Amino acid sequence: MNYFKGTDEYVLSPQLMDSVNVSIALGRPLLVKGEPGTGKTLLAHSIAKGLDKKIIVWNVKSTTKAKEGLYVYDTVQRLNDARFGDKDITDIKQYIKLGKLGEAFNSEEQVVLLIDEIDKAELEFPNDLLNELDEMSFYIPETGETIRAKHRPIVIITSNSEKELPDPFLRRCVFHYIDFPEENLMIDIIKVHYPDIEAKLMKEALKKFYLIRKFDMLEKSLQQAN
Amino acid sequence: MFIDFFFNLKAYGVPVSIHEWITLHHALSLNLNNCSLIHFYQIARSILVKNEIYFDKYDMAFLDSFKGIETTDEIMRKILDGLKKVKELNLSEEEKRQMEELDLDQILKNFEEQLAGEHYKDHVGGNKRIGTGGRSTQGAWGYNPAGIRIGQGVSRHKRAVQIAEKRSFRNYSSDRTLDTRQMKVALSHLRSLLPVGEGEKLDLDSTIDATCKNAGEIELIWEKKEKKASKVILLMDVGGSMTPYSELVERLFSAASSQISKFKHFYFHNCPYQHLWRDMERNDSISTPDFLKSEDNDYKLIIVGDAAMSPYELTWANGAVEYWYNNDTPGIVWLQRIRDKFRDSIWLNPIQRRAWDYNKTISMVNEIFPMFELTLEGLDEGVKFLLGGKSRLH
Repeated sequence: MNYFKGTDEYVLSPQLMDSVNVSIALGRPLLVKGEPGTGKTLLAHSIAKGLDKKIIVWNVKSTTKAKEGLYVYDTVQRLNDARFGDKDITDIKQYIKLGKLGEAFNSEEQVVLLIDEIDKAELEFPNDLLNELDEMSFYIPETGETIRAKHRPIVIITSNSEKELPDPFLRRCVFHYIDFPEENLMIDIIKVHYPDIEAKLMKEALKKFYLIRKFDMLEKSLQQAN
Repeated sequence: MFIDFFFNLKAYGVPVSIHEWITLHHALSLNLNNCSLIHFYQIARSILVKNEIYFDKYDMAFLDSFKGIETTDEIMRKILDGLKKVKELNLSEEEKRQMEELDLDQILKNFEEQLAGEHYKDHVGGNKRIGTGGRSTQGAWGYNPAGIRIGQGVSRHKRAVQIAEKRSFRNYSSDRTLDTRQMKVALSHLRSLLPVGEGEKLDLDSTIDATCKNAGEIELIWEKKEKKASKVILLMDVGGSMTPYSELVERLFSAASSQISKFKHFYFHNCPYQHLWRDMERNDSISTPDFLKSEDNDYKLIIVGDAAMSPYELTWANGAVEYWYNNDTPGIVWLQRIRDKFRDSIWLNPIQRRAWDYNKTISMVNEIFPMFELTLEGLDEGVKFLLGGKSRLH
């Protein structure tokens, strides 16, 4: 069984490790939220590295449609090819291009699929993927083909909470909120990135850093107190 | 199994479904929690709770369900961790020799006895001796504070119940008044005011026409579906008791203005009278009758204010709080006029709902405008109310 323990470059809190392994074991997507820079996107890359799997990244934009992740039927290309009759266009298959999700399903080995910043898309986007993520299969009416996942991909979804995600979608996910790292964990993280850093320098810098963060909080709590 | 936990979660308002509950049991049947309460806490949360704003409520429900539970496995691990630390300490040769004489099993037994007697709670400082058993070597142990320091922030492995007790996610709870961190989330709620557009679409008829005119050379015509404009006016109380909130709300809505195509905002002080202001400093004014005449009534109106003032400010002519400002019409009449013009309107109040009944003017304003708390939940509720057209029925 796949069991993820973190990698040399990615320091993982025990809580996050639990969430990741639960999601892998249950075969459900892991939805990751957290402050910017807490390593949401990096998590998927490190899982791929730690478990030695290929990663497929689907970057979601505000114009992304759920269907694009499954497949695209390039009708315009087909129409163009049909104009002069110099190409056989009866085989629709050649105009069907699998999207990132389709690619992940169709892969010969288990892959890690990262759906990055799902909240950027339109409100209905996650709902349109419910069945596909549940069954890990979809149907292409144009060719009468069904693409079924040969190996359930490990799905990591990140969100910045710009939009609320719909409940039915959330019900199917395992959720983890990456907390801002505490000082001890932060030291571990920095050591991974800069192994040569001097301990004293880091200690002083961190002291300042957390002090400033605390000030920010203080301001906020003052506002609330009023 | 522990179905009480499920109902406790429900009682605390965590939206948890049977679907998720079954998933949790599936996870338990695979023993993903490794027979440990702390893993169970984590795993159950990742499966049952899908938004960090509910983490605090989850903690409370967890406490209610598992407060008295025995967690010997956690304690054992802590003890073993504690014992490991002994090696890191510098001891003299004499002390080392004494320590070697200790029987590990006996130490553990003594530990357990102490823990069972609930003495361990006193070990905050962590420099007490282990127990009464190994009297001959007590000196050495007393020198070893790390040896018996249990929990209390030193160990990374805290008891699940302790974690829950800490309630460190209280800040994410949605019933708190909005703070800056939550601004972004709040904005997402306002975005639901935006209608969903279709974007680009192939205009088939025009394409065929153009292609025919082009003698069969294909010419694609794309049709741009125009997004329906969402129109929002914000009326905001500034100054006085609202000062602490004004900057917050200002930032919230100025960010929203980039999202909402037709967004206007005006300010008033305590209660709107015959003038409204375009700036917070109240230099640039517009007369309220003009405002009422010139704006379309399909705007959605959101008023932000505490509505807490002296009754005369609301009901008397010349009741305005500033001595240089005379109003010949009482504020409540102006409020009613604004309400009559904009049927889709809500009032957001930073004061907690439970305090509303104790304030005369809040209740009076609440009779005119549907009022919601200025919290994530309130905003959400308010926007839904507004979009559902229920505001017209108030």
